Amino acid sequence: MTESSTSQAVPQSSEQEPVFASVDEVVERLAGAGYLASNAVATTVFLADRLGKPLLVEGPAGVGKTELARAMAAATDSELIRLQCYEGIDESRALYEWNHASQLLRITAAKDESWDATREHVFSEEFLLSRPLLTAIRNEDPTVLLIDEIDKADVEVEGLLLEVLGDFQVTVPELGTIAATRRPLVVLTSNATRELSEALKRRCLFLHLDFPPAELERDIVTLRVPQLDTELAASLVRVVGALRELELRKSPSIAESVDWARTLLALGADTLDEQVVHATLGVILKYETDQRKALSELRLDRVLSPGDATDSVAAAAGTASSGNFSPENAAS
Amino acid sequence: MTAHAVAGRLVEFAHALREHGIAVGTGETVDAAAAAEAVGLADRERLREALAASVLRGAAQRPVFDGVFDLYFPTAHGTSETTVDEPATPAQLRDQLLDALVAGDDARVRALAATGIDLFGGYGAASGGQGGQGTQGTTGEAGGNGGSAARLSGWSAYQTLSEVRPQALRARLRDAIREARTDGLDGEPADALADREAAAGIAAFTDHVRAEARRRTAELRGRDRIARHAVAPQTDLVSFTSATAEQFAEMRRAVQPLSRKLATRLAARRRRATRGRIDLRRTVRRSLATGGVPMRPVMRRRRPGRPELVLLCDMSGSVAGFAQFTLLLTQALSDQFSKVRSFAFVSRTDEITELVRAGRDEPENLADRIVAEADLTQVGMSSDYDGALQTFADGWGDVLGPRTSVLILGDGRTNGAPPNLPALRAMAERARHVYWLNPERESSWGTGDSEAHRYAREVPMFECRTIRQLSRLVTRLLPD
Repeated sequence: MTESSTSQAVPQSSEQEPVFASVDEVVERLAGAGYLASNAVATTVFLADRLGKPLLVEGPAGVGKTELARAMAAATDSELIRLQCYEGIDESRALYEWNHASQLLRITAAKDESWDATREHVFSEEFLLSRPLLTAIRNEDPTVLLIDEIDKADVEVEGLLLEVLGDFQVTVPELGTIAATRRPLVVLTSNATRELSEALKRRCLFLHLDFPPAELERDIVTLRVPQLDTELAASLVRVVGALRELELRKSPSIAESVDWARTLLALGADTLDEQVVHATLGVILKYETDQRKALSELRLDRVLSPGDATDSVAAAAGTASSGNFSPENAAS
Repeated sequence: MTAHAVAGRLVEFAHALREHGIAVGTGETVDAAAAAEAVGLADRERLREALAASVLRGAAQRPVFDGVFDLYFPTAHGTSETTVDEPATPAQLRDQLLDALVAGDDARVRALAATGIDLFGGYGAASGGQGGQGTQGTTGEAGGNGGSAARLSGWSAYQTLSEVRPQALRARLRDAIREARTDGLDGEPADALADREAAAGIAAFTDHVRAEARRRTAELRGRDRIARHAVAPQTDLVSFTSATAEQFAEMRRAVQPLSRKLATRLAARRRRATRGRIDLRRTVRRSLATGGVPMRPVMRRRRPGRPELVLLCDMSGSVAGFAQFTLLLTQALSDQFSKVRSFAFVSRTDEITELVRAGRDEPENLADRIVAEADLTQVGMSSDYDGALQTFADGWGDVLGPRTSVLILGDGRTNGAPPNLPALRAMAERARHVYWLNPERESSWGTGDSEAHRYAREVPMFECRTIRQLSRLVTRLLPD
């Protein structure tokens, strides 16, 4: 097989210059990108950069896993390359694919060419469709590679990732091995719907993201919805915290707290009274049974007043937030 | 600490983690060392996160990790360094705790937990009360500690808590929180919210006291010995029969994720099956990529056979928790089965399918509700397998068929009654499979009034003491 110029593995500097000098700098720069990092997050991101290991972020839906990758990209001035995993994703979607149709056209177009020349031509850069993993590896600029919801992909894909994440190189049989000129920062996210393989986990730094402590969440809400009254933000976070203590089918996530804050803002509510909570609970709790439980535990069920006022408020809440009553949505 | 000492400590730490079921290989230990070097030893919390990132593989391992970390990398020796001028009586301590909790000052709460241990937690000393020591501050205590080490045999969280009685604070704390935080909420909702926060605050204090007692006892007795016993095991390794109420709550919370995990595992297993008929349409479509040559044939997906499941659960005494968990799990998995029917018994059998289905949304007191609402017993709460198997055979014999798998959950302790093997044998003949899951250790089967061995001769019986064993059994039960 022929070797094209890309296969000349550029001597990889294993001692790549780290992006962050200290954990404090991580906190600072992530905050600059709009992400308030806890101690655990900052330390792990620092290590991922320093040790050059991929970062596996696990946690319930809506705690800001994908957001972390975005913030890392913004904080380090990198390009974010995202591989969204789904059931049935394979090599040709994740890594690279030969453009068969163009290859066939090329062969038919050059009828009187010798086979050797054709072969050399057909398996060249021109017909290689680069998918996210290969793109990230070949990118000469700083890159953050986000492999989102890896638990949705099949086990075979993990095997594929081992080479990519272990050595930051990709082998294309016709072209040879392509090594990274510049090691990307890799973030994998998982909702833990299935156990990832030991081999993959061993190559990664593990970070479990959970619901943040009250102060941090208050800061996040105020950062995201700056127009919201701080008092109101504080009581909102309190209620959300109390809801998470209950045994619910789906606990409200950070994203939902922020949604709720936006809803309250859109409604022009200045305090969090019973009426408002009652009317907008659908923004944070997506199951009917959860809502019923929350209302009875917080003893809001007696404040029922199905008058016109409440209905209009509820309708407004529905339009103001993206998350309406939709069990399919919440089940993901 | 010198580099050598740090390395040594890390290796011991890795050993302790391994003993608690967290697989930490040499590779991870090296990673941990590299991580520790990168973040430095100055900031303990960062060191904790760095080590966690390098050795952990799942969130369930975190509590164990934290417990072991506290033992091997303590904040300070002897008295906690955060101790400040301190109260001497339980009442004073409660007052200060109240202030700290209202302010939401976690560091202060931890310091108070340390003080509580100082004042009331020591045991094995010649004089029971250690009242005066706390007020003398750190130096006095540290000196005293060395001298009294021979007498003092440990620090007890239980003793501290029964002296401090943080529960007594709950009503006051609730009112104080209610005062301190002005929300738009008022009336009962505000009370309810404050009440929840008060309970959470007290629970946090209790946890701090336990951790502190563990840490100090560890110093006194040698780390390794304490590490083996003092750190609570991972949830999926807790045995059903000895789980505490909190651990059960945790297990119930694990039900939904676990069922999803099992379901995807099963789906993957089915997908991988590459036998069957060729799907012509998809094969032709795929062949376009290879110029019309069908290089890779596509198989038609086979429809999985979905068995009917019948659960028969012993709801008496300590076994009830196990049965309850299993009921919730199978209910959550119900789309993997074409039909799930649940039965419970103590001395009689009754169907509880509806109760369990309703219980999916409110799992808290499922066992109590079952016992209260179903007709399970005539007298007392001790199980009678004779009556139970008989009433099942008489009343619901027709639910068993050639597609039915039966799970019997129980310890097989008959309280002296005859085991009624013929009824079980008849069930085994009618159903496709009958499995018996026993929450007792296999070595104690057949002891005392247990008829486990005799039942095990009729139907396959498995030891099923932990979530891990249970999930393995449930997946095995389903066909490929």
